[in-house]
Amino acid sequence: MSVLDSKIPEGPIAQKWTNHKNKINVVNPANKRLIDVIVVGTGLAGGSAAASLAELGYNVKALCFQDSPRRAHSIAAQGGINAAKNYQNDGDSTYRLFYDTVKGGDYRAREANVYRLAEVSANIIDQCVAQGVPFARDYGGLLDNRSFGGVLVSRTFYAKGQTGQQLLLGAYSAMNRQIGKGKIQMLNRHEMLDLVIVDGKARGIIARNLVTGELERHSAHAVVIASGGYGNVFFLSTNAMGSNVTAAWRIHRRGAYFANPCYTQIHPTCIPRSGDYQSKLTLMSESLRNDGRIWVPKKMEDVEAIRNKTKKPVDIPEEDRDYYLERRYPSFGNLVPRDVASRAAKERCDAGFGVNETGEAVYLDFSSAIMRYGHEKANILGEHDASIERVRALGEAVIEAKYGNLFQMYEKITDDNPYKTPMKIYPAVHYTMGGIWVDYNLMTTIEGCYAAGEANFSDHGANRLGASALMQGLADGYFVLPYTIGDYLAHDIRTGKISTDLPEFEAAEKEVRDRLEHFLNNKGTKSVDHFHKRLGKVMWDKVGMARNEQGLKEAIEEIRQIREEFYKDVFVPGTMNEFNPELEKATRVEDFLELGELFAIDALHRTESCGGHFREESQTEDGEALRDDKHFAYVAAWKWTGEPGKQELHKEELTFNDIELKQRSYK
Amino acid sequence: MKLTLKVWRQKSANDKGRLETYQLDNVSEHMSFLEMMDVLNEQLISEGQEPVAFDHDCREGICGMCSMHINGEPHGPDRGVTTCQLHMRKFKDGDTIYVEPFRAKGFPIIKDLVVDRSAFDRIQHAGGFVSVNTSGNTQDANAIPIPKDDADKAFDAATCIGCGACVAACKNASAMLFVSAKVSQFALLPQGKVEAKQRVLNMVEQMDKEGFGNCTNTGACEVECPKGISLENIARMNREFLKAACSAE
Ligand SMILES: Cc1cc2nc3c(=O)[nH]c(=O)nc-3n(C[C@H](O)[C@H](O)[C@H](O)COP(=O)(O)OP(=O)(O)OC[C@H]3O[C@@H](n4cnc5c(N)ncnc54)[C@H](O)[C@@H]3O)c2cc1C
Ligand code: SF4
Ligand code: FES
Repeated sequence: MSVLDSKIPEGPIAQKWTNHKNKINVVNPANKRLIDVIVVGTGLAGGSAAASLAELGYNVKALCFQDSPRRAHSIAAQGGINAAKNYQNDGDSTYRLFYDTVKGGDYRAREANVYRLAEVSANIIDQCVAQGVPFARDYGGLLDNRSFGGVLVSRTFYAKGQTGQQLLLGAYSAMNRQIGKGKIQMLNRHEMLDLVIVDGKARGIIARNLVTGELERHSAHAVVIASGGYGNVFFLSTNAMGSNVTAAWRIHRRGAYFANPCYTQIHPTCIPRSGDYQSKLTLMSESLRNDGRIWVPKKMEDVEAIRNKTKKPVDIPEEDRDYYLERRYPSFGNLVPRDVASRAAKERCDAGFGVNETGEAVYLDFSSAIMRYGHEKANILGEHDASIERVRALGEAVIEAKYGNLFQMYEKITDDNPYKTPMKIYPAVHYTMGGIWVDYNLMTTIEGCYAAGEANFSDHGANRLGASALMQGLADGYFVLPYTIGDYLAHDIRTGKISTDLPEFEAAEKEVRDRLEHFLNNKGTKSVDHFHKRLGKVMWDKVGMARNEQGLKEAIEEIRQIREEFYKDVFVPGTMNEFNPELEKATRVEDFLELGELFAIDALHRTESCGGHFREESQTEDGEALRDDKHFAYVAAWKWTGEPGKQELHKEELTFNDIELKQRSYK
Repeated sequence: MKLTLKVWRQKSANDKGRLETYQLDNVSEHMSFLEMMDVLNEQLISEGQEPVAFDHDCREGICGMCSMHINGEPHGPDRGVTTCQLHMRKFKDGDTIYVEPFRAKGFPIIKDLVVDRSAFDRIQHAGGFVSVNTSGNTQDANAIPIPKDDADKAFDAATCIGCGACVAACKNASAMLFVSAKVSQFALLPQGKVEAKQRVLNMVEQMDKEGFGNCTNTGACEVECPKGISLENIARMNREFLKAACSAE
């Protein structure tokens, strides 16, 4: 049997999940008490999985590196979560959500997984409302929706610009109920540093207590990795500072295949960088594209005038503005998918039309929306001859109610008032579609080791649609894993507790200790950040929004070089047995330096363009991404063979039975 | 800008701790406060010294991880922001800035500026949830319409990020604003009403156990709260508590 058996159930696509659930093994409640599960990560995916597994009766141990599960990176998600509820009666359905997601992913996702995701999406909303998640509502008291890029219906549920926060606090509350009952043991400020495999099965982990610095062994019958994405390989991204690849990378090194590492989402609307000291980039939610219009000046002299501050954006008359998304993609306009919007911004900026000092910014303008809403509101209030000022004020109030916290965030960072002057935005690294390869059951190529949420590769193909990550994280954790893990654990009811004295634990702990001690004894001259920033620059310049063969080859060389220097010259102060953030960073950057190389290798091998992966050699005449289905309709899953950069390629061929493979068009 | 920093250094929970003085010469007004701290840490590392430990993660004001007491105020002089959203343009060339950890009995210091806020989690374990299983068999999300006004108020309360500034700002180190935000969120929603009584009793009991002080209505918490959590929530919690306590008798 090939290792890359995706285990897609038989039957028509709409029945696969139901059939599968009916057939798989279940563990009876009394036996669940005999089974331990470790969940690494308590963001939306891990938090929901931990809570659901504990409710079912398993003994769950959950870890996060922050001081509380409530602080996982999921908290920062702004715009919303998709679900095929069709509350707006605009023709939405499970099939349409499935179709949009497969198409949005540029036909590089596994159909069966995506269908299941669409199928359980409606349940997620029911579940969250039952937990007390305060989604936005209309005046009739019913749930409100907005639209996101790449779709023509309104299926995104939201809680102002804090949807991730509210959903995560929902999952956190479900966890809290189980922590209070003693069914989840929560290990905050703990970082998993290795996976322990016994007789070919995942049986535990080595973790470091980040407060005391001690290494700990934890055993279990199954391990779930829900450690999030690896966008921080670029150093600058919209991810939280601590987001990292370590848990995923360490299981990769133990045998889990890593799939499509080069599929990265560059989000079109982020606050542009302002200086070298910059530590992260801030997203301005895609939901803003519901109301904001993106433009740059048509005339070069206006661009120059703006840069040397003799003109302001409001001084540029309507006819001299290039609303380039509306121009190029009339049917989707400002709501084209992210990869398309990002490349279009890059194209304009590369052509010299960027509107800030660095030449890397375009406008996101709310003035039309403010006036439109203002007029509507004035009419509702019966103020038919309201002054322009009054209309504007009314319109600003509407915009504030929708996006208030985002506007405030923008103003705090840039010191510009986006109600009065357009936002300046530019694309930034945001999400990683690639990740640990999993089968339909979310099991990795290591038996008993699962991956959920952004950490796996499963549902988004080469490009993720907005508001689909939250959906996937919660689908994995609330509705998929609780079933599929039982199928595996049904064989473990007689195994008994796994001892942490086994030689495998001993050996893994020693390896981790040696790694950490190496860093502490290295006594180099440069900080961890120094290397991380250099890696990030190579990644952004050569493995970023547009990639080509020569650049990728250079990147691979340069990353190797940086890695070598890193081992020789990194300085990690402090000691092992204490709270030591520099040591935490060192192990994370070590793993990024290996991942970065595989990332570039994957990008080099995939000579087609698809979704977020744009190879300059493969584009249509008008500069759109050109797929090559004949040669690349597969998942590239890389197997660790003992040395970084020497991974072996395995392919999972993708077959499309329910959706016709077509060149994507948003025109 | 040139700045003088007086930063609290404390090796571990048992160490006594003291303020150390550092000079920074090249601070841009566009930096965030934490980016300024990064620059300080780079400087310390290049001198072979230990950097200042501080908590942070999202750096966009939502995770609640950052927690510095700056010039005597939690999250510093700006209003409605967390430490990570504070920008150096709020300071002047030549300023001396005091940077200390949040101080409260309920938040013991771990190292330098890092404190242990697990008491907040334990209060949530005591009742910060609706007892519903994640079975997927819940009723349709639109089965119970919720008046927009209630939904909006519940949302406002739910935006608390659990940073602890309210506690650090309060002379009694009271956690009332934090606890009342959760109690209010659920009290305002039909889904939360069922367990409202038990919830408020349990959460308040745990809050007292953790050593947080009483509320004497000074309102300092509301002023310093980066998310504008309103004192109305405390009033609502007091009402809920009274109702529950009376009917429990
Ligand atoms: C700014 C921003 C806005 C976004 N907005 C949206 C949106 O509107 N809609 C949408 O659908 N998606 C959005 N996304 C994407 C989405 O938020 C994420 O993809 C999703 O939240 C990831 O959830 P997760 O549970 O997989 O991982 P995370 O939330 O990243 O959680 C990872 C967890 O793993 C833990 N962890 C990691 N490594 C280790 C280790 N070694 N040991 C122990 N614990 C570890 C962490 O502590 C954390 O608990 C946004 C992303 C960003 C950056
Ligand atoms: S109430 Fe305000 S200050 Fe207190 S924890 Fe919540 S967000 Fe922080
Ligand atoms: S670092 Fe997340 S709120 Fe400041």
